[in-house]
Amino acid sequence: MLWNTLLLAAREIRRNLMRSALTMLGIVIGVAAVVTMVTLGNGATASVAAQIASLGSNLILVMPGQRMGRPTSGSVAPNLRLSDADAIDTQITGVERVSPVVSKSVTAVVGAKNWKTSVTGAGNTYLGVARWELVNGREFSEAEERGGKSVCIIGDRVRRELFGSSDPLGSELRLQSFSCQVIGLLKAKGQGSMGNDQDDFVLIPLRTAQRRLAGNTDVNMVMVSARDGASTERIKERITLLMRERRNVREGQDDNFNVLDTKQISDTLSGTMQILTLLLGAVAAVSLLVGGIGIMNIMLVSVTERTREVGIRLAIGALEREVLLQFLVEAVTLSAVGGLLGILLATVASITLSQFMDLPYSFDVGINLLAFVFSAAIGVAFGYTPAKRAARLNPIEALRHE
Amino acid sequence: MSADGQPALIELRQVTKTYGQGQAAFQALAGIDLSIERGEFVAVMGPSGSGKSTAMNIIGCLDTLSSGSYRFCGVPVETLTRDQCARLRRSYLGFVFQGFNLLRRTSALENVELPLLYRGESAATRARLAREALADVGLSGWEQHTSAELSGGQQQRVAIARAIVTRPAVLLADEPTGNLDTQRSREIMELIKRLNTERGITVVMVTHEPDMAAMARRIVHFIDGRIAADASASDAAALARARA
Ligand SMILES: Nc1ncnc2c1ncn2[C@@H]1O[C@H](COP(=O)(O)OP(=O)(O)O)[C@@H](O)[C@H]1O
Ligand SMILES: [Mg+2]
Repeated sequence: MLWNTLLLAAREIRRNLMRSALTMLGIVIGVAAVVTMVTLGNGATASVAAQIASLGSNLILVMPGQRMGRPTSGSVAPNLRLSDADAIDTQITGVERVSPVVSKSVTAVVGAKNWKTSVTGAGNTYLGVARWELVNGREFSEAEERGGKSVCIIGDRVRRELFGSSDPLGSELRLQSFSCQVIGLLKAKGQGSMGNDQDDFVLIPLRTAQRRLAGNTDVNMVMVSARDGASTERIKERITLLMRERRNVREGQDDNFNVLDTKQISDTLSGTMQILTLLLGAVAAVSLLVGGIGIMNIMLVSVTERTREVGIRLAIGALEREVLLQFLVEAVTLSAVGGLLGILLATVASITLSQFMDLPYSFDVGINLLAFVFSAAIGVAFGYTPAKRAARLNPIEALRHE
Repeated sequence: MSADGQPALIELRQVTKTYGQGQAAFQALAGIDLSIERGEFVAVMGPSGSGKSTAMNIIGCLDTLSSGSYRFCGVPVETLTRDQCARLRRSYLGFVFQGFNLLRRTSALENVELPLLYRGESAATRARLAREALADVGLSGWEQHTSAELSGGQQQRVAIARAIVTRPAVLLADEPTGNLDTQRSREIMELIKRLNTERGITVVMVTHEPDMAAMARRIVHFIDGRIAADASASDAAALARARA
């Protein structure tokens, strides 16, 4: 009986190809949308987490400006000075390295090629603090740092854009009004947590940047790495006190600078990511619902035909349970095949999109299962319910249905 | 009881059928007594709305009766469960409808095979018997055609093939020629007549056409949910002449 039922169900699916295909399509779209969105959301979250981990857990940033999240009080906060960095380095315990940084957006030119990038002025300490590795060439020498020489270390993106396949080491690179020699090449890190390309920058000695680009001795940011085992909280408190004193912030006044650690940054970012994933999930849920309504529609449209079919089968001697089993097998087959196709499509789409968006991909069993079960339930419910109702009628009532 | 002591094949006693409830209730059958023996060919006639189809559906176990009793081979049908009714249908009854009621987009062969499938016959047996039944109704060579590709007469012959493929004891036909032209009607009638005489299948058939009814050996007249006349065909013909 089971074999015959399978045969009957297969025949009906084949016979109503359009209806079967549309039902499956609803499920495929629903499942694929949910799974893809959530997988990409997961990938983005994982990517952010990896970015933050790559910054290191002991990094503290000091930047000028009003406390984040507070309304600006009108007056522009003064920049940091090189002496602030020295003060942090010498007066605060638990600090391992301090790297004052100047940054500016500049167009770099090599021959006929130019590329808008950002220039970071900092010393070798920057490489350690921000966890950069050289793949080729060397770091700045002490003389170059102290003398503000025209040398640079470039990120991988800049190398690709300006040098292509040729070796950049020793070549000259024009930055605004001066040119500098490429002495080092950094190992690629890839996309940053904000969708920016981390490899798109040129590193020059701090003094060079101050003299040649900024024209003053200000510093845009001070990066501080804490010694292993030292409390970042404690260091942050001390830096805050020191900076308030150095910048003459009176008691009761708000800070005119920010002291952030990577944990805060990561908290802010992961909060954003959670909202994003939630949003993606909501969009996906809507498409799942739309898919479900599509299935419902198709099934309801064919209720009359299906009811008559039930009537015919009952009239020629089918048992109620034989008819029901056939419809159940039909609905389950369509839903299961649709669900699997949806998962397949989602996997292909997620892998492709992840690659395109430079996100890590991982197969999330939970969401695949959830989406599959949900759409399968819709498919089975709407495929089976009309049959269930029809099979309860007298055969003649089912036949008369219109 | 028939003469040889066996219970009659079909025996209706004071059968009523009421559609709807309360104000809207309508009595389609108002107490029918009808007994049909094996091998009979009974024509059912009567104005439209007189309850012919209602009675046929009850005899065919497709519908339930409101009161009275219906015995099939002595078995009280009104006490059977739905599944038992289905088994009775698949084993003993063949039904032909005015509207054919074939499965759409399904080949003639598959339509005819269907009752055998529900009886659990093997694929080979199904195919053989279905081909034979289609040959019996003159549709050899049309096995793979779907109803959309068949004329009305051919569709009705597929429906008859489906009804007789299980070799039922009774063939019930509700206006089987109602949708067909005279020529096709005659062919179908002759086919049904042959099934009765050559195979001994008991036939109960609703028809509006007197000359179709004349091929039966017995004519039952329905009027307003009652049997107004029940006579052998020759008597009925005499009656008709006398009225004229
Ligand atoms: N499902 C139903 N619900 C309500 N009334 C019905 C139903 N089926 C038939 N009837 C009524 O019962 C009466 C007998 O119908 P039917 O047996 O189909 O007549 P016939 O076949 O002789 O034309 C008709 O008046 C019809 O309107
Ligand atoms: Mg009728």
